[in-house]
Amino acid sequence: MQSGQTQAGHGATDDPQAAFRDALVAAGLLIPTGVDGLYGRSGVFEDVVERFNDLITRWGRDDGAEVMRFPPAVARHHFERSEYLKSFPQLAGTVHSFKGDERAHQTLLRRLEEGEEWTDGQMATNVVMTPAACYPIYPTIAERGPLGGDGALVDVYSYCFRHEPSLDPARMQLFRMREYVRVGTPDQVMDFRQSWLERGRALMDSLGVPLAVDVANDPFFGRAGRMLAANQRDQGLKFELLIPITSEEKPTACLSFNYHQDHFGLLWDIRTPDGAVAHTACVGFGMERVALALFRHHGFDVRAWPGSVRAALWG
Amino acid sequence: MVSSDDIRDLLRDSGWLTVDASELSENDDLYAAGLTSHGSVNLMLALEERFDIEFPEQLLRRRTFESIGAIRGAVAGLLGGTAAA
Repeated sequence: MQSGQTQAGHGATDDPQAAFRDALVAAGLLIPTGVDGLYGRSGVFEDVVERFNDLITRWGRDDGAEVMRFPPAVARHHFERSEYLKSFPQLAGTVHSFKGDERAHQTLLRRLEEGEEWTDGQMATNVVMTPAACYPIYPTIAERGPLGGDGALVDVYSYCFRHEPSLDPARMQLFRMREYVRVGTPDQVMDFRQSWLERGRALMDSLGVPLAVDVANDPFFGRAGRMLAANQRDQGLKFELLIPITSEEKPTACLSFNYHQDHFGLLWDIRTPDGAVAHTACVGFGMERVALALFRHHGFDVRAWPGSVRAALWG
Repeated sequence: MVSSDDIRDLLRDSGWLTVDASELSENDDLYAAGLTSHGSVNLMLALEERFDIEFPEQLLRRRTFESIGAIRGAVAGLLGGTAAA
């Protein structure tokens, strides 16, 4: 079976993450590609994701967010300025392409044919994979000039890439993230985050899954990263809504509530009407993770899910 | 041996603050003076280089770098000496 073709040293079925992944594959919900963390999705899986996406829209509708949809990539010059490489160099994915002449093409084909390394001839393009759905919106908002008195509220939804191959089906390399992003004064963005902390919990309660909300930190890189992570926790900048998927002890973050302070405001020079640096916050929904949590707790047959959950999703 | 002026000099030359470090007192909040999270990481690395020390995990926190006095105390502790005024 294809799902058994994992990378060397993995694949033990007593691993609860691998076992759940294999069960999802066997049920046809995920379609393996031979690369850990890279899956196709079945129609049933996609239907759950789409219904959950609609549910988020219903809960957020009254806020009147501006909808922006970007392809799952950002401009390289925006990525370079975003400081993502300072914090998460290990997760970034840059898009490379062949830019050689016919001779180089022949070399490429020969190396491929002979099983030699061929990727070192690939050259960086101006396209970088989107690391988080909100990344394209900061330069977009900044380009418009100073904010109005109400600040900005943006609704984004995108596939995101993070280079962290894993057996855990809840840690995909390409996954979807829906976000509401608030840009404005510290009071405006803190009000936004507080309101979504409450709403996010109520929304997920309506789906009948066990959950807990806890303070969290991002996976910052290296020793400097340990300090950034400690700072983030000390200041309560990130909260996650956790649902057990493959482990009770280590539940999976399915929603996150992030206060960036003036990080993006400073980077992109986004200003409030009085000239102060704007603060930002976002609520992010891990779409595949929520779908997986629903399959874990309600079973693989969506027709057998509890009536209240079906009503919330399918109406 | 580490003095408050050593730290002031380092801060003044760094560009991490939005105010003149010479005017900061021992206890002034460096974060209020413009130090960002990434700035505090750079400050930590610069202190390690300047004093040939390595901050252990438990000192890699915001509070360690919150004021000139706090930094002087932490660096002096790692140098194994007493802090100069």
